[in-house]
Amino acid sequence: MTESTQTISANDTPSAPGPLAEFWADFSRNKGALSGLIVIVLITFVALFADVIAPHPPAEQYRDAFLVPPAWTDEGTSKFILGTDAVGRDILSRLIYGARFSLSIGAIVVTLSLTVGIALGLLAAFSRGAVEIAIMRIMDMMLALPSLLLAVVIVAILGPGLFNAMLAISIVYLPHLVRLTRAAAITEMSKDYVTASTVSGAGVLRLMFITVLPNCMAPLIVQATLSFSSAILDAAALGFLGLGAQPPIPEWGTMLAEAREFVLRAWWVVTFPGLAILITVLALNLLGDGLRDALDPKLKKQ
Amino acid sequence: MKRIIITTGLILSIAGSPAALAAKTLVYCSEGSPEGFNPSLYTSGTTFDASSRHIYDGLVQFKRGTTTLEPGLAESWSISNDGLEYTFNLRKGVKFQTTRGFRPSRDFNADDVLYSFNRQWDKNHPYHKVSGGSYEYFNGMSMPELIKDIVKVNDYTVKFVLNRPEAPMIANLGMDFASILSAEYADKMLAAGTPDKVDLEPVGTGPFQLVAYQKDAVIRYKAHPQHWQGKAPIDNLVFAITPDASVRYQKLRTGECHVMPYPNPADLDSMRSDPNIKLLQQEGLNVGYLAYNSKMPPFDNAMVRKALNMAINKEAIIEGVFQGAGKVAKNPIPPTIWSYNEATKDDPYDPAGAKAMLKEAGISNLETNIWAMPVQRPYNPNARRMAELIQADWAAIGVKANVVSYEWGEYLKRSKNEDRDGAVLLGWTGDNGDPDNFLAVLLGCDGVGGSNRAQWCHKPFEDLIQKAKTISDVNERTRLYQQAQTVFKQQAPWATIAHSVVFMPVRKEVMDYRIDPFGGHPFYGVDLQ
Amino acid sequence: MIRFVLSRVALVIPTFIGITLLTFAMIRLIPGDPIELLAGERGVTPERHAELRAEYGFDKPMMVQYWDYISGVVQGDLGNSIVTRQPVLNEFFALFPATVELSLCAMIFAVFIGIPVGILAAVRRGSVFDHSVMGVALTGYSMPIFWWGLLLIILFSGILQWTPVSGRISLLFYFEPVTGFMLIDSILSGQEGAFTSALSHLILPTVVLGTIPLAVIARQTRSAMLEVLNEDYVRTARAKGLAPRRVIGIHALRNALIPVITVIGLQVGVLFAGAVLTETIFSWPGIGKWLIDSISRRDYPSVQGGILLIATTIIIVNLLVDLVYGLINPRIRHQR
Repeated sequence: MTESTQTISANDTPSAPGPLAEFWADFSRNKGALSGLIVIVLITFVALFADVIAPHPPAEQYRDAFLVPPAWTDEGTSKFILGTDAVGRDILSRLIYGARFSLSIGAIVVTLSLTVGIALGLLAAFSRGAVEIAIMRIMDMMLALPSLLLAVVIVAILGPGLFNAMLAISIVYLPHLVRLTRAAAITEMSKDYVTASTVSGAGVLRLMFITVLPNCMAPLIVQATLSFSSAILDAAALGFLGLGAQPPIPEWGTMLAEAREFVLRAWWVVTFPGLAILITVLALNLLGDGLRDALDPKLKKQ
Repeated sequence: MKRIIITTGLILSIAGSPAALAAKTLVYCSEGSPEGFNPSLYTSGTTFDASSRHIYDGLVQFKRGTTTLEPGLAESWSISNDGLEYTFNLRKGVKFQTTRGFRPSRDFNADDVLYSFNRQWDKNHPYHKVSGGSYEYFNGMSMPELIKDIVKVNDYTVKFVLNRPEAPMIANLGMDFASILSAEYADKMLAAGTPDKVDLEPVGTGPFQLVAYQKDAVIRYKAHPQHWQGKAPIDNLVFAITPDASVRYQKLRTGECHVMPYPNPADLDSMRSDPNIKLLQQEGLNVGYLAYNSKMPPFDNAMVRKALNMAINKEAIIEGVFQGAGKVAKNPIPPTIWSYNEATKDDPYDPAGAKAMLKEAGISNLETNIWAMPVQRPYNPNARRMAELIQADWAAIGVKANVVSYEWGEYLKRSKNEDRDGAVLLGWTGDNGDPDNFLAVLLGCDGVGGSNRAQWCHKPFEDLIQKAKTISDVNERTRLYQQAQTVFKQQAPWATIAHSVVFMPVRKEVMDYRIDPFGGHPFYGVDLQ
Repeated sequence: MIRFVLSRVALVIPTFIGITLLTFAMIRLIPGDPIELLAGERGVTPERHAELRAEYGFDKPMMVQYWDYISGVVQGDLGNSIVTRQPVLNEFFALFPATVELSLCAMIFAVFIGIPVGILAAVRRGSVFDHSVMGVALTGYSMPIFWWGLLLIILFSGILQWTPVSGRISLLFYFEPVTGFMLIDSILSGQEGAFTSALSHLILPTVVLGTIPLAVIARQTRSAMLEVLNEDYVRTARAKGLAPRRVIGIHALRNALIPVITVIGLQVGVLFAGAVLTETIFSWPGIGKWLIDSISRRDYPSVQGGILLIATTIIIVNLLVDLVYGLINPRIRHQR
């Protein structure tokens, strides 16, 4: 708990281990990151086996059990551990199925924005000139609009729905990734090994994706993990504004939006979906922090 | 901190603003910001609450809490025998409000009536284009085609000359768009080069006058001391704009407001059990329906429509969609309107019979769409859920239906198409309490391709409602409209689904609040204990 | 220095023009029909519909519409709202002070707690304090703020009844807005208790909106501080025997604050995004809620004008941050 363990460790590694082993050594020393990882693994497990784990089907309406409080309260029953919502659906089961949506939202948004962002960033870095200016200017414009507002407008264009919300969030995340990729690529391009392969006649595509890209990955991976968690938050926010997943899909933000009218009446309908979002996002952020510490050479130097 | 809240409630209930401790202030937690303060320019109920229902009066008005007409700024009127000339004798000694921007030098007279109508009617009137100048209600009630001339006979007599007889004319003049504004104020503002002030800083003859408005926050009124019907029992009226229903309820509980509209159905039980709250209720002047496209086979066959109607379990809809705050509809007009046909027998819920009837009509493997609107409306709190229930009911008789939806503006537009595929969920809230306002607007031949979403033009029905329009004898009109309802039920262009029930929670200290059948929230005559 | 300022301002102009184009294009892409929306169930006749379209200029070719719009913008005319028929600029500036007041309070809350806490955490690196601060900060950073707001309402307004549920000031108080900032206006009004009331209405929204910036600023201050504390000149200062307080206060802090200021500048956009949610939850009469309403009503001129004005605000704030940055750090000024 006292002076950071990192300082000691970096110096006393006897022989240079492989990059992956070194990364794991750094990463696993970070307790927060490790616990984040464990939580994420757990949530993924729950999401994958929702059919088996969930006590009830997520859309099943128990007409005789509207707004039943959680099991440990006086009026609760053990049938519905976290209680039921306004139309008698089991909240725990909906949260379990909801994990699927939240995780896939994160995964899809990250994949989409990372793919497009890297492509645009590399394009800007390699083409320079007018193309670069055009791309970077558009990214600047997007950065001047608050991300949530931009996402709301995009969803308004595409129509509300889970997929369109994901698309909107992916678009909103582009500018950061494009900037990051371009900056990293430009730095790498001035290095000798790139010049060497240019001289040896490597094609532009090969240069882009095989020579330069792998060396820019560290900051991108960090940014991607952070995007993963903010994607879940933003999708939930859109759901909360009624623009994301549409009921009866048990997406956590949408569940919160539906629960809003019960704020003062049935605290459990409001509390648990939010808690689920918080825990997932927190775990992802812990993980992201750990990744950054392990990957960021500047921090490692200390 | 805790003390502040509690005393807020206490002070509000006994006293009012700190400035004038003896004044009675009623706080109404309204649901949204008005579009403006000139009711002829807008169409939403929120705007009418903030303008016509408090600041202005009309020539005629509806008796509080009823759909019965009574004299307003016109003391009396007479109709010529051919039904083409309406002569109004105006009330004398009616005072306009004195505001910061205007001090009236004369009482209300014929010039004000002429100004208020000519502004909307005459495209060359200097005020016609002011504030965007679109008068959708005036146009929507066919006033431009209907009015031939408006004549000032003398200072206290005005004559409306029509192009054709129109029995609902008097009722139309009780509507919000027919509010009377001050011509003197308008002239003054025109001369000063600020005509839009007429719409922003309103001056009327109504029981309350506007003091201040902060968008999305608060509207303040004070009682018009010289109102012709007598000063309102309360001294100040405050609209606290609170869009969220659960927040409104919370404010009602803590005493931050006295009256709130549109409660969450989920909160009704706890409102009933709160000793500080009285929950008033009344059937709304509305109908929610499912309109088939009677031009598209097989829905051009009344038997098919009837069979589908019989398959719908309306009780389940009342329970699941309205959470009990609704009543099954059997006629296309609500029971609060005169000429409602009590004798109509509703289609029974009979899936087996419906199946047999479809078979008899030679229909099998029927597939269609159910249109569910994307917004909450008074006559349908959750169209999507309603559509899903009907979908399940129809599946039970072997009819496959897909639920479709569009953005609200698109929805309204596309549902008008005569070649539209499928049945549309929609509804209507009455404007003037006249059956014509439902039957002709929604089911008349003129409305095909427009507000007649069933695209239904049926000669016997049309003849009945057209005849009823030209007669001014109410008994005769009632008979005709009741017949029309019978024809409607036989032909079944719609599945009539429900009339919603309007709930108004008010604090116990609020005296004599009456629910307005037109869905408005007027506070003249309300008192605080 | 002047050249530096001018070059930065010049960079902003194409972005601004681009944003007018972007917002214009995006708004036209939103499907829907504002005229039908206004008419509701009543509907309008096709003729009247065409007439109204012409009146709003929707029937003109896109290029002409854009030209009309941009020439209006240059003259400070953003068009009229379709819903209220009032100039968009008036609507915006009637609501803008509420958002600015809320955002400023949230920022003050975040800065005044975030920076000291971050410094302290850096100085006591590895201590229980450091760990718990960073744990709380990360939780705050992960917070779905719309949920956070609801929780605070349940607790403080519902159960404890310490704070009001929504609004900017108790309805008991009434005075003409002078500055538009309720805290200032309530003092100017001279009415007893008005300020307390305004303050009590601000507390929950401020906390909710300030949570994420607070977490970000605390984390950023800590890591910037750590970095600076490791720099040679700080070590030298320490070695020279300067008092630790002096080292941290003068040498380290000044340099550590540079990245922190950048972060604060970046948070302006975050604040606006957060304002959309916070204003929705607390019925706060600001522009975030207004914009969301305008989008759902397809009030094109309002959405267009509102987004443009917000983007402009953000660009200006970022420009100012950029300039301040250049002032503090001459190295940046002379780059390129």
